[in-house]
Amino acid sequence: MIWQLDIAILTLVVVAAIGAIAIKDLLGCAILFGAYSFMMCLLWSIMGAVDVAFTEASVGAGVSTVFFVAAVFRTTRRTKD
Amino acid sequence: MSDLIPFIVDNYNYWIYITLLMIGLYAMIAKKNLVKKVVGMNIFQTAIILFYVSIGAKKGATIPIIQHGHGEGAHEITASVIEAAEYINPLPHVLMLTAIVVSVATLGVALALAIRIYNRYETLEEDEILAQIREK
Amino acid sequence: MKILGIIVVILTGALLIYAMGDFPSWADPVSPAHNHVSPRYIEKSMAETSVPNIVTAVLADYRGYDTMFETTVIFGAGVVCFFLLRIPRKDEPTVRRYRHMLTGMTIRVKETRKIPPVLEEFERIDTLWAPHDLIIKTSCRILVPFLQLFGLYVIAHGHHSPGGGFQGGVILGASMILLAISHDLRTAIDRMSERVHAILCPVGVLIYAGTGALCLVLGHNFLDYGALAGILHVDPVAARSYGILIVEIGVGLAVMATMIWIYNNISSKGNYDEGL
Repeated sequence: MIWQLDIAILTLVVVAAIGAIAIKDLLGCAILFGAYSFMMCLLWSIMGAVDVAFTEASVGAGVSTVFFVAAVFRTTRRTKD
Repeated sequence: MSDLIPFIVDNYNYWIYITLLMIGLYAMIAKKNLVKKVVGMNIFQTAIILFYVSIGAKKGATIPIIQHGHGEGAHEITASVIEAAEYINPLPHVLMLTAIVVSVATLGVALALAIRIYNRYETLEEDEILAQIREK
Repeated sequence: MKILGIIVVILTGALLIYAMGDFPSWADPVSPAHNHVSPRYIEKSMAETSVPNIVTAVLADYRGYDTMFETTVIFGAGVVCFFLLRIPRKDEPTVRRYRHMLTGMTIRVKETRKIPPVLEEFERIDTLWAPHDLIIKTSCRILVPFLQLFGLYVIAHGHHSPGGGFQGGVILGASMILLAISHDLRTAIDRMSERVHAILCPVGVLIYAGTGALCLVLGHNFLDYGALAGILHVDPVAARSYGILIVEIGVGLAVMATMIWIYNNISSKGNYDEGL
């Protein structure tokens, strides 16, 4: 467990989470959610949970982001808050 | 003061996981857009999984795949003794694999509901939907 | 509402941080989470199941009930998406757009007259999506069979490396979603029609539960894979390894079919006509 890498990736995770709920464009929200999933996958591979990291990389950063983008495409992209 | 530094170094992980949990909870309560609420729900779920998996870590241990377990050495390794202290605890990983896959299924259903609501009310903001329901 | 949200969040966060004071320090080797059941799984799983990946062995053999019901939950989510969205609506007028392939001209045709589904010099384009690019089409078409081969490898090699049924199933589903995004949705549905992936989804759950019921019929407990030693003519330890492989294939099939199903329903809003 290299603590410098740990603190850097944890900071990026918190920044991506705050950005994903504060941004006003729903497509940017979906992309930031994909970045959040990727950072989570890195955190778990640092901790040694390789099966969980594999699943999160394929499910969270792959298929889940595609579902969000498809739903935003079919509804609307603007939001008021 | 001298025992504050080891206290912070031991526990700062847990504080950041709690921060992520609270970010997800705030998004579910206070945001008015339905898709933002769904994003907040997923952030909450992933933060809980992170907290749970971090319980299973061990200092100086390796990943939970038994070394030299395949190939020519496979028969010797079944006869020899495997130390429990040199492998990371596999039980939280197993339980959280289920949780990740269930969370993506929940995401699919939530987005299908959001599309149906948009077809009916032409908007995704919570206050506009409530106003349209009260007018009927 | 925002002020109420902030107050609730700060109170809950303060309570949780106060409760964290009693936790063992992070990555402690003698914390209570490591002491009760986990040493038995680590020490005995290689001798009892001959599978080096402890996570796969615990997931499919020692905790097989949880995985079976999780597969059922995945199937249920696919069915719910189908029931929510797949209702043909009769109130929208259907307008189709075609492009003449030689000159690049686009025409709009209303559905009031009878249109044959395939015209010779015209190709069908979507209403909201840009015309497709030749480079993206060709490179994704080359990439899709390698993705499927990798997905099959991840399912089959789950005993020795990180992987297993879920990850391989999601990668297989993602290969068909890539085909649907780079080409049209209609191309992907021509390759794998709705009936095929709606039947494959419960077939995956049936393989899982059927293996458990087969063990019950042969005289042992439900999902006790040692009973398969009589059918497969191997010793009970290798029979458990083969039982884990069979249920992982079932899980992979169910997850693949559900991912494709949910994507088709969400991106085309119900009518399988025009997609993302």
